[in-house]
Amino acid sequence: MAKQERILIAKPGLDGHDRGAKVVARALSNAGYEVIYSGLHQNPEQIAETAIQEDVGAVGLSILSGAHMTLFPRVMELLMEKGGEDIIIFGGGIIPEEEIVALKDLGVKEIFGPGTNTSEIISFLETEFSQ
Amino acid sequence: MEEDYGSSPLREESFTTISGEELDPLYTPEDIEDLDYQNGLGYPGRYPFTRGVHPSMYRGRLWTMRQFAGFGSVEDTNRRYKFLLEKGTTGLSVAFDMPTIMGKDSDDPLSEGEVGRCGVAVDSLEDMEMLFSGIPLRDITTSMTINGPASILLAYYLCVGEKQGASFSELGGTIQNDILKEYIAQKSWIFPPRPSMRIITDILAFCSAEVPRWNTISISGYHIREAGSTALQELAFTLADGFAYVEAGIEAGLDVDSFAPRLSFFFNSHSDFFEEIAKYRAARRIWARRMRERYGARDPRSQMLRFHTQTAGCSLTAQQPENNIVRTAFQAMAAVLGGTQSLHTNSMDETLALPTEKAVEIALRTQQLIAYESGVTNVIDPLAGSYFVEAMTDRMEEQAEEYFRRIEELGGVLAAIDEGFFQREIADAAYRYQREIERGEKVVVGVNRLQNEYDTLNIDLLKIDPAVERKQRERLQRLRSKRSSSRVTDTLDALREGARGDANLMPLILSCARAYCSEGEIIGSLKEVFGVYKETAIF
Repeated sequence: MAKQERILIAKPGLDGHDRGAKVVARALSNAGYEVIYSGLHQNPEQIAETAIQEDVGAVGLSILSGAHMTLFPRVMELLMEKGGEDIIIFGGGIIPEEEIVALKDLGVKEIFGPGTNTSEIISFLETEFSQ
Repeated sequence: MEEDYGSSPLREESFTTISGEELDPLYTPEDIEDLDYQNGLGYPGRYPFTRGVHPSMYRGRLWTMRQFAGFGSVEDTNRRYKFLLEKGTTGLSVAFDMPTIMGKDSDDPLSEGEVGRCGVAVDSLEDMEMLFSGIPLRDITTSMTINGPASILLAYYLCVGEKQGASFSELGGTIQNDILKEYIAQKSWIFPPRPSMRIITDILAFCSAEVPRWNTISISGYHIREAGSTALQELAFTLADGFAYVEAGIEAGLDVDSFAPRLSFFFNSHSDFFEEIAKYRAARRIWARRMRERYGARDPRSQMLRFHTQTAGCSLTAQQPENNIVRTAFQAMAAVLGGTQSLHTNSMDETLALPTEKAVEIALRTQQLIAYESGVTNVIDPLAGSYFVEAMTDRMEEQAEEYFRRIEELGGVLAAIDEGFFQREIADAAYRYQREIERGEKVVVGVNRLQNEYDTLNIDLLKIDPAVERKQRERLQRLRSKRSSSRVTDTLDALREGARGDANLMPLILSCARAYCSEGEIIGSLKEVFGVYKETAIF
């Protein structure tokens, strides 16, 4: 039996808007992935720790507070340090176009903004995991 | 009638409200044959207030045009308030940044990257003074969207008024201060439920004696709706929270008529026009009836549900953002036809950033166009008597009562929160709606229908100056070095002492405010006594 991919959906920082993160978590779970939802107000250290401990294949960060340029790089830096460099990083929230480009330059694979269909996220992960 | 409808093809398989309520093609006198005008509708300004809380409604006075605003530094926001006042806003509304909302100072490690991004950064009374510089608080009312730290921001505001030469009794405004919906939906809690309710009853007692013009709670459905609930859940959960506050006040030994007149509400105005109007009318009637019948409120002002409305942020799209101007317009119209006392209209760019001056001007003009050009303000509760609207109002009330029964069976709101009842209902509704959109059963123009192949953004977006965070931290450092540290220690000690006992915390918090204790320091002291809340996350 193929190893079931595990995904961490996380809410870093002080942002409490969790509607999208929960919908995505449920959609991924219904699509057959094993989903861990971090809950709110996680700092980057907690997220990186959880990702490694739970042996996830991907981490999705949801940030609507505008703090994404601080939080994404920090989480990725910590994952690198802890040996999680192969973990696929993606995310969503309120992130302006030019900063999506900047995040991708840093290694974020994709950002799914407002209006995304959950099937897009599922296809994306299928593609990424098959590589 | 069936033959007429059977013979012509229908556009959809079923016609439901956005919340999923089935709708008949037509409503007739039969649908309201049980309507009792005297007892069910009444007159505006009279029990059960279905038709409005004031006798003359908008013929006497328009709703307050109250645009929620705040970003960056207090200077940035002060400028924006002056801009809004110049454009015709009639009340102020403060949006704080995430650190302030969560009770953290700008230099807290968790505040990194967050300062000034979602709202204005306020760390102390000094910041508050600058926020309202040049704005006489005696002449305006201000609503502050703040929950966990509400007591502190209220204290800061009162102190600013005091410094301007106003007495507490001259100051009017609102603090959101609705902690129950934080656990349910907005998620900006700090302490656990019981100590949070104690702080709230302290505020109810303090304000009823010292700040009579102050709305102590803005019992909110807005955020519950934004989190994904249906209109009915928004109605039922909000009112259930309201009843819980009334019970808490009574349990704390307060006479219901001493605090209930200053309880206020805050609803969402979503896209389904008639569902929203029915919701507001049902809300007024339910509240009036329960306040009089169950809680023994004698003062009509205790029975009146006064509310602020915000058009639905969650209905706006990032695609074709100019469409948001139109969505906001009809949502605002629904709120006005529903009899709102105060209104915020969203800006078209808010799916992307905080609003620019241009965008917020359009949002404000939207209200003014409705007020001055549409004619809907000429007649009070103009939709009363509509077979559809009255049937819908009745239905929402009945269904809300169902929810109240279920919540009571669970042991009340606090028990239901512990159980995750509301959170699950909301998550299920949010997921259901997302599926409906993805299956094309619900249309979102520009997103799942009528998309543009290329969506180039032709509007400027507001950018927060990254230097704001550094400057705010430096300002706080300077404050700490110039204030009297012994006063800070003494007032925080007294607060901790009071928190351990049952003293009213407001006077103690005011002392801390006057000593220039930072918000984080005051919250920190209270955390030592009350602890912090930890959510059991579900999806």
